[in-house]
Amino acid sequence: MSIFSYFRTQKKPSSASVAKERLQIIVAHERNKRTQPDYIEKMQREILQVIRKYVDISDDQVKVNLDNNDECSILELNVTLPE
Amino acid sequence: MAKIIVVTSGKGGVGKTTTSASIGTGLAKRGHKTVIIDFDVGLRNLDLIMGCERRVVYDFVNVINGESSLSQTLIKDKRTPELFILPASQTRDKDALTEAGVEKVLNDLSKDFEYIVCDSPAGIERGAQMALYFADMAIVVTNPEVSSVRDSDRILGILQSKSRRAERGESPVEEHLLLTRYNPERVENGEMLSVEDVKDILAIPLLGVIPESEAVLKASNQGSPVILDEESFSGQAYDDAVARLLGEEREHRFLEVQKKGFFKRLIGA
Repeated sequence: MSIFSYFRTQKKPSSASVAKERLQIIVAHERNKRTQPDYIEKMQREILQVIRKYVDISDDQVKVNLDNNDECSILELNVTLPE
Repeated sequence: MAKIIVVTSGKGGVGKTTTSASIGTGLAKRGHKTVIIDFDVGLRNLDLIMGCERRVVYDFVNVINGESSLSQTLIKDKRTPELFILPASQTRDKDALTEAGVEKVLNDLSKDFEYIVCDSPAGIERGAQMALYFADMAIVVTNPEVSSVRDSDRILGILQSKSRRAERGESPVEEHLLLTRYNPERVENGEMLSVEDVKDILAIPLLGVIPESEAVLKASNQGSPVILDEESFSGQAYDDAVARLLGEEREHRFLEVQKKGFFKRLIGA
């Protein structure tokens, strides 16, 4: 092993830290899904169908988000319309 | 009233049965009357790990169906007084465990025992949900490996939403993390998630860390729970975990690489 490869391997993040980062992202995502009510997904699909009657948009152009605060829940609907 | 402890994980092969056997034995060894129930219908294995496979006459489903009494069905452990095993059925009928049936058996056992340890099957299906439904306490067995950690998080979600305590709005199931097959050397080399990493992600209190050890396979080969192998690090780590479960303060051990002494290095052991 040359001296250069020694320095190169030092820079690479360890596989354990890659694992941790990946897990933190997927677990946060799945927890988020778990806390939202079951109807959100179905509602998102139906909203998409309604919008599609007027404009042609893809699945990822509609984002539905439900934020729970202590007293009230805020339903956020984000639609990206094509130009 | 007995305390009901479920040993669960989501993922298979992480050490649920090994843990159930050792925790149950540890509790009984300390004088608490304990029964370990195998919930893995169709894939009975606790009997093998406990070394009582040839003494199984009746099983859990027989009791539920009223075909045998509890006293006929419970197997008294030969090594540890105060310890009993309730074996799973080998039937292929997945719906053999009914909620009402399980509840009745647990209620009956509650009158006699201090601790009921429920060895859950893998997965998140009916069998696993049945094993955790009545729990007061959960031991989530996790390996320091991505799929096991993710599955543990899913199981925690189910404990928080589908257990009886959750459904009734009672105080939640007490959650404990048990990290098994831990290899400090690989952690030090950055090849394995560390205890802190897993704790960060799952965010539940740590009950114990069981180091990867040859003693576990040796113990299962012989049908004797590894906690009884007092020489082994795994056995000692399980003993610590049982003590902590009972409220004792014990420092976590076996988290660091064992430094080889001069002599060991000399002989290359």
